[in-house]
Amino acid sequence: MKNLIIAPSPHVQTDRSTASIMRDVVIALLPALVVSTVVFGANVIFVTAVSILACVAFEYLIQRFIVRGPQTVGNWSAVVTGMLLAFNLPATIPWWIIVIGAFVAIGIAKMSFGGLGKNPFNPALVGRVFLLIAYPVQMASFPEVEGLDALSGATPLAAVKYGASVNIVGVQDLMLGNMPGSLGEVASLALLIGFVYLLWRKVITWHIPVTILVTMAAFAAIVGWANGAQGDLLWQLPLFHVLAGGALLGSIFMATDYSTSPMTIKGGIIFAVGIGVITMCIRLWGSYPEGMSFAILIMNSVVPLLNKYIKPKRFGVK
Amino acid sequence: MKTFPIGGVHPSENKLSCAKPIEVLPLPEVVNIPLAQHIGAPAVAKVAKGDKVVTGQLIAEAGSFMSANIHSPISGTVKSVDLVANGQGLRQPMITIERDGDEWAEGIDRTPTLVKECTLSAQDIIAKIKDAGIVGMGGATFPTHVKLSVPPGKKAEVLIINGVECEPYLTSDHRTMLERGEELVVGVTILMKALGVEKAVIGIENNKPDAIEHLKKLVAEYKGIKVQPLMVKYPQGGEKQLIAAVTGRQVPPPPALPIDVGAVVCNASTTVAVYEAVQKNKPLIERVVTVTGKGMKEPKNLLTRMGTPISTLLEAAGGLPEDAGKVINGGPMMGRAMCNLDSPVTKGCSGITVMSGRDAARRTATQCIKCAKCVSACPMGLEPYYLSKMTQKKGLEEVEAQMVTSCIECGSCQATCPAYLPLLDWIRLGKQTVMGIIRARAAAATPAPQK
Repeated sequence: MKNLIIAPSPHVQTDRSTASIMRDVVIALLPALVVSTVVFGANVIFVTAVSILACVAFEYLIQRFIVRGPQTVGNWSAVVTGMLLAFNLPATIPWWIIVIGAFVAIGIAKMSFGGLGKNPFNPALVGRVFLLIAYPVQMASFPEVEGLDALSGATPLAAVKYGASVNIVGVQDLMLGNMPGSLGEVASLALLIGFVYLLWRKVITWHIPVTILVTMAAFAAIVGWANGAQGDLLWQLPLFHVLAGGALLGSIFMATDYSTSPMTIKGGIIFAVGIGVITMCIRLWGSYPEGMSFAILIMNSVVPLLNKYIKPKRFGVK
Repeated sequence: MKTFPIGGVHPSENKLSCAKPIEVLPLPEVVNIPLAQHIGAPAVAKVAKGDKVVTGQLIAEAGSFMSANIHSPISGTVKSVDLVANGQGLRQPMITIERDGDEWAEGIDRTPTLVKECTLSAQDIIAKIKDAGIVGMGGATFPTHVKLSVPPGKKAEVLIINGVECEPYLTSDHRTMLERGEELVVGVTILMKALGVEKAVIGIENNKPDAIEHLKKLVAEYKGIKVQPLMVKYPQGGEKQLIAAVTGRQVPPPPALPIDVGAVVCNASTTVAVYEAVQKNKPLIERVVTVTGKGMKEPKNLLTRMGTPISTLLEAAGGLPEDAGKVINGGPMMGRAMCNLDSPVTKGCSGITVMSGRDAARRTATQCIKCAKCVSACPMGLEPYYLSKMTQKKGLEEVEAQMVTSCIECGSCQATCPAYLPLLDWIRLGKQTVMGIIRARAAAATPAPQK
């Protein structure tokens, strides 16, 4: 008699795996990496490579010598964290700062909570915010970009914060990334291509990114109108806030991080509105020019509560 | 295109045998008839070792209202009434009959003539269905006469015929609808009469356009019967999902039943069996079984007598392939894996699916990444990741509060999990435990009988 396998149903499993999902996120980030390399030069590759290597190495070592469980680097999540961390850094950042950021991201924000799926805060963002506070000078010096002398090394958001008009950079420059900024945030068009890829591969749904961007746009338009903005400015303001800074990178790639976003669509929408509002408040009235990272981390802390109280629509319950 | 409102998944359809006409499997030499092959009380054996029986003769009687009669599928001699191993290797009471010729009980009309007219009253129809031992043949094996006996105070408004067959691989309902469409439609009119409803809807998924077209033509001459094409999505064949897809009404959580939204659902093959019972006096002694799987030489749809060993069916379809790793009684989403291939075909066995060793083994489970794919896949709007986790942590109050008893065990969550977690294994455990607690609570609440 043959040895037959006995197991309860279902007897089929998906072709997707954690690793294949994470690989898709890496693929979705590649267009932005290419554009960034064109804008800022080969340094971009160096920064990204150091960040990925450091993240993978820290996860490997911690899993091997401290957790002593089965090796988890094969699920590609450390690669994603490494890429996202690099995308949040200026291209001129020294290598040792990247390594410190990677340690904070993987060692403190991810592995100390039990690894992938158990971390309450987005690891890459924890790394970035740590560096922002610990190394404010290095984190805020961006390489200059040709043809945009008006900015003289400041990001568009910083320039606007200190009094410039939002049409200091044109929509075309915002889309193609022709402006100072951190690696991954400059190329709106490339990030949108990544977004379409993630939707097509069903890695994420549109709800969180679109809700964040719509909230930000509406917020910018309303505040602008209340402050007396008129004419073209009424659409330039919301468009600027959606395309400049980390709005797209944050809403497409970081707010949608599985472990740190709500489990239901309804919860996700509340989470996204919160991120949009907090980001705009920091941008308009806070002391930092950009607030996306803080907004996502703050809303990350609300996720357990959203999961507890926002339940999916139950079948047969009115 | 209509479908159910929440969740659902799209497993590969793999309907390998959908173009294979139904073949009649030669009569088996020995059959094993389990006394419990339906939901409810086991039937009570009416024959003993040494008795001569003929095909269609009653050999076991329904043990209570919620039970079903069982008839001899062949003629011959009762060899034993004893414990025999079932598909999972567990011993259960079965009647074993050795064949001798092919003699039929009197009064069974075996001619293929279509009898459309039915002058019986609703009560007589239900009595005949009960006598014939008909149970739901889609796999749930719920006694059909119980379903048709609408409790006082409730009213049936619509009869829904389940021709969805959303399980991958299986094609027995599909072939039955194609080849026995006329009988099916007469069966529908009989069921409508039994329920006193004016409206019947045959729900069929869009991946069976030939069956949709064929039945549309046939129902044209009948009043009140409609064929409803449905979007392809698993688990549309689930009773609650099908009712929602067809009528838009959602059956409330247990203990509510389909009748609470005015619907009664009957599987397509069961409807043909109803026709045969009422119009031809033929009890439920045979059924169409799909024998399929990627490694099978000749996937087939076999008209098989109940009690025939599964191994005989596998032989008829080219034999068990070398690389077979799992043999499933039913389809891959909800079927039960078997270890004993000599176990018999029963009333609820719609197919035998053979999986190769590579597909059969579960992949190693990793950590939950909170991707929420299980939440969006659940057709009942539950949170599988959470129910599974809370069952492991023995948080049964929370498991109950989060509606574990609504789970229909369709497996969509587990089949879609990229971390390969055994979600449904845990949820089943949680559901069984919670249901036990609910029963104990109800028993404690009712006063003990006076001595």
